[in-house]
Amino acid sequence: MSHALHAAETIRKQTVHTVPPVPRRKVYAIMEINAGATAWVLISAGLVLFMTPGLALFYGGMVRSKNVLGMLMQNIFAMGLVSVLWVFVGFSLAFGGDGGWIGNFDFAFLNDVVGDVTKAADLPGYGGALVVPAMVFMAFQMMFAIITPALITGATADRLKFGSYALFIGIWSVLVYAVVARWVFSPNGWLFKRGALDFAGGAAIHVNAGIAALAIAMVIGPRRGWMKEPMPPHNLPFTVLGTGILWFGWFGFNAGSALGADGISSQALVNTHLAAAAAMLSWLLVERLVAGHATTLGACSGAVAGLVAITPCAGFVGGMAPVIIGALAGIICYLSLKLKHLLRVDDSLDVLAVHLIGGLFGSIALGFFADKSATGIGADGVFFGGGADLLIDQLVAVGAVMLFSFVASYIIAFAIQKTIGLRVDEEAELVGLDQSQHAESAYQA
Amino acid sequence: MKLITAIIKPFKLDEVKDALKQAGVTGITVSEARGFGRQGGHTETYRGTEYKIDFVPKARIEIVVDASRVDEVIDVLRTSAATGKIGDGKIWVTEVERIVRIRTGEEGSDAI
Repeated sequence: MSHALHAAETIRKQTVHTVPPVPRRKVYAIMEINAGATAWVLISAGLVLFMTPGLALFYGGMVRSKNVLGMLMQNIFAMGLVSVLWVFVGFSLAFGGDGGWIGNFDFAFLNDVVGDVTKAADLPGYGGALVVPAMVFMAFQMMFAIITPALITGATADRLKFGSYALFIGIWSVLVYAVVARWVFSPNGWLFKRGALDFAGGAAIHVNAGIAALAIAMVIGPRRGWMKEPMPPHNLPFTVLGTGILWFGWFGFNAGSALGADGISSQALVNTHLAAAAAMLSWLLVERLVAGHATTLGACSGAVAGLVAITPCAGFVGGMAPVIIGALAGIICYLSLKLKHLLRVDDSLDVLAVHLIGGLFGSIALGFFADKSATGIGADGVFFGGGADLLIDQLVAVGAVMLFSFVASYIIAFAIQKTIGLRVDEEAELVGLDQSQHAESAYQA
Repeated sequence: MKLITAIIKPFKLDEVKDALKQAGVTGITVSEARGFGRQGGHTETYRGTEYKIDFVPKARIEIVVDASRVDEVIDVLRTSAATGKIGDGKIWVTEVERIVRIRTGEEGSDAI
């Protein structure tokens, strides 16, 4: 989202509706609404939302059948809770006011964010560069706010109490996600101002959720029987279906973040797709060589790793960079599967390997592969004559996000653990989340 | 009356069923089972972690027959269910104390 300012430099050839200034309160401003851009961002909001049920199926297929509803429910529930919190306070904290560290309550309860563009607020920091209504910008951002905490569910599979989960993501989405979104996405955010580039959320979403997953997994402890009992995926067809939905939705996630319907969003779409393709191939290759078979789960995991890695880079790289970034991501993320064993943490569905490492790699790779001549926006990385400036900004950004998110997430998880408890009791865990948390069975025999 | 229980490879079920019908067996019950004998399990790999799966899927067939037909039915089962490779399964025979047809209340041989 950081490039909306840069996007103002591109020539818009579509019909532009210009509204005369309404000289009343200072929040009202001139809005130039681009119909093509608005249509695309509207669709992208739908595509990104679709990724959350896609993620639900991706993860759901990997857990044991007695816990599948528990996993699906956690993911779709985020669509309910986070949406409401976003329009109450989240959006305002992330995008309101002028603060570099946190927003304010100017837009709480969607105050000044209205459908009538002659009356809607100018989003702070964009200076009129946004060519879509604030309302759709808010909605598009909301879908990111929803999926980010949902990513964490992979690490705590099969053992997190539903009520505690709801409490955790409710608090997290306001105190952690909105803050990190402010730093990275808002033009007033301190990381944005330093020059860190994150096209669609490599740091703000994937590194953020990845390190938070580590924190909560450390607090909650491993699944009973981890490393002793076999816990293979119960429904890989779900995982494949989920992967397809994620890949499709990611076009909205990345290309939608161009906030325009133009060459930038076109490049972002292509970069997204090529990274997924290359990463799938490289993961499969490594897997075949190291473990003996190219697997369906490997193809799915590889594709997602590529999609994660290209997320920060999507509108800032070109040529064969997405293929290289994707190919490297597939290999690096595959090798990172060991991480949880090294750390002795039961990160059940490898959120660390795919999202934390994938997001870190992509954000840092951008410091090398960023190429202003690709889309006309962004900066030049090490390989394109920009020296180490961008690379340093990227390192600071991911470092800051990791530090803040880890500490804050750990504190929230710990506080919940000490009060209402995070974990289901032994019998509930043995019987399964579906029965114990929701009084349901996924599959009637 | 005797109960013949056969544990066979699941993909042989259709062939076995057809052979039993041909031999005049009037009814069978089939269920899914898992097990192992001399046939070992196999390994599956998920994201680099290997899982040793001990149990192998099998089909269980249960047939109640008159004592006089036991040898014949066992023969039919063996011929139709065998592949010649390890894991073909087993057949065993147990005594049935009493058998009742639900619809009519008939008992014994009339209920088979």
